[in-house]
Amino acid sequence: MTRYRDRGAAFGAAALRWIANPTATVFLLLLLIFAGIFALNDSFFAGPSFMAFLKQAAPLMILAAGQYFVIVSGNFDLSVGALVGAQVVIAARLIDGEESRTVPVMLAMVAFGIAVGLVNGIITTVLKVQSFITTLGMLMVLFGAIKLWTGGAPTGALSESFRTAGRLGIENVPVLGQIPWAVLIVIGLGAGAIGLMRTGFGRVLMAAGDNERAATLSGAPVNTVRIAAFVLSGLSATVAGILIGGYAGVSAQVGQGLEFTVITAVVLGGVVLGGGRGTVLAAIAGALAIESLFALFNQMQLPSTLRPTVQGAIIIAAVAYAARRRTRRGAAAKTATATATPS
Amino acid sequence: MTRPDLSALTASIRRPGTTALIYLALAAVVLVSGVAVALEGKNLFATANLVDMFTRTSLTGFLAIGMTLVILCRSLDLSVGYTAALSSLVAATTMDGQVANLPLAIGAVLLVSGLIGAANGAIVAFLRVNPFIATLGTGLIIKGYLDTRYKGPAGDVPEAFRAFGYSRIGPVPVSTLVMLALAVAAIWFLRSSRTGHHMYAVGGDVDIARMSGIRTDRVLLTAHVLCGMCAGVAGLLLAARFGTGSAESYTNLYELDAIAAVVLGGTLLLGGRGGVAGTVAGVMILAVLDSVFNVLQIDPFAKDVLRGAVIIAAVALYARRQLDRTARRPRFPTAAAGRTR
Repeated sequence: MTRYRDRGAAFGAAALRWIANPTATVFLLLLLIFAGIFALNDSFFAGPSFMAFLKQAAPLMILAAGQYFVIVSGNFDLSVGALVGAQVVIAARLIDGEESRTVPVMLAMVAFGIAVGLVNGIITTVLKVQSFITTLGMLMVLFGAIKLWTGGAPTGALSESFRTAGRLGIENVPVLGQIPWAVLIVIGLGAGAIGLMRTGFGRVLMAAGDNERAATLSGAPVNTVRIAAFVLSGLSATVAGILIGGYAGVSAQVGQGLEFTVITAVVLGGVVLGGGRGTVLAAIAGALAIESLFALFNQMQLPSTLRPTVQGAIIIAAVAYAARRRTRRGAAAKTATATATPS
Repeated sequence: MTRPDLSALTASIRRPGTTALIYLALAAVVLVSGVAVALEGKNLFATANLVDMFTRTSLTGFLAIGMTLVILCRSLDLSVGYTAALSSLVAATTMDGQVANLPLAIGAVLLVSGLIGAANGAIVAFLRVNPFIATLGTGLIIKGYLDTRYKGPAGDVPEAFRAFGYSRIGPVPVSTLVMLALAVAAIWFLRSSRTGHHMYAVGGDVDIARMSGIRTDRVLLTAHVLCGMCAGVAGLLLAARFGTGSAESYTNLYELDAIAAVVLGGTLLLGGRGGVAGTVAGVMILAVLDSVFNVLQIDPFAKDVLRGAVIIAAVALYARRQLDRTARRPRFPTAAAGRTR
């Protein structure tokens, strides 16, 4: 990088700096993956098939936005996968195929998502349990409780109107074919999340993750915003549960391992574990990058069993790349952020 | 662990250390469980139940001992379950039913698992990747390899080695004795060796450790290599128990069990405090609870619920103790704030 600057290529340097910016890195990565898919199969980007891809990617993008709030405030939420699974199972069991119950059950699911987020947040902040342990415990509790309640296998059925959000969309749109509701929901929630990060709440959240002590001393309601972040994560899992349930239906495996994929997505978006850095747009783009990576694997006809290997290698590479930049710039200041384990 | 000095003993009784407290908790858990089981008209301390209880400790124990070392360094290893599964395959396929291949197989397992640990350590220490992501990544890499390469069980473990999984002295399985021996070795390592002391220093504050002249990267690397090798030993035990190598065993999420045991044992997830003695107690608490659920025939899913609740409650209690300590000692407020977070 310095070599280019010495040559005085100001434009090149600026472009490189933009590319090296962790938030921009994810968009570059996304572009590269899309280029790869395009090279293999350009019909992927035809309106209908691209919309179908976005519809499938929507739940992960929403979860990434929710997880972003928690991570940027300096915590983790490992319970989202189990919560998504729980929400789908709850919906199927309570609706049991009856159209009339759709709306009340959705409201109950929202309440449940808020409740789980509140419990996570309160245990983490008031009882001072590290969020890794809190949400790990919540994962076990949710997983066990749902199995206990349903006796091992999910029962009941979802109603047609419940499945609308995940499956259908605005039909007969020129070029695109169908604009799925899921995509509109992602756009709406994404815009809301970006707006939220620009309010006072967003700034306090960022400050709480960046330097908890400084934020507390300056009178910021650190605990309150952190609890709110967990609640937002619980809500995102609820919406994702509604979309996934609608798209894929009910099964016992829904949501399994989703928490790690989501955290991977957020981290790929340049958001630093431990808090205080990164943008919500990049986190959502990280989720899209992961999904497009899976689409690329499909196009390359890789055996699906190899996916984890490539996924693992890419996360490590992406985070190592981001960490390399951070340590170089901050070598004089402090390198600890790179190695610190978030609480 | 033992202090011959009587005044120190009385002092520790008046204000028990964290490890002593955990063994008290273990005793309480055993007592309450014994009573609960007795109320159902069964005996928790019948030989069959004791064997079951001890058998449960060995596998989690191996993983948790290694995990303690990395957590003490303020790192983490989410790949141990996958490493153990891979190790069981390496062991079983190298042995291939021949007793003569035993030393080679054990050597190969320790080499492979040590190399995985070294890779984890190098990624964390030199590339400065967050340990959560680094070890999750290596775990995924191994998972992909296992899923692609092995469709089912592979290899054959000779009878002589299967004895490691089944034989026992009195009610105590040999594998548990090996685990306890390893725990004693780890306790000695942490208390008496230079690298052991350095691990506490690195976990306490990596910058101060570095400025004090500790080669922090090497310490982290060592901890990860040892953790990987412990997972390798766990893989050997898996192979001995199943009689073949099994890729499927990673689905049991042993790594979460191990982390839970370490944290229950009073080791701070933020590093620098705790020890293997506490971890062994944590492993035993989990094993006793599992056995009791088994004896009382509680729904296995209720077990997960209770486990999650117990872990959260235990850590909340430790956090409270930590708060008391910082309240009593107002010096170094920054460090204290960092710990109680």
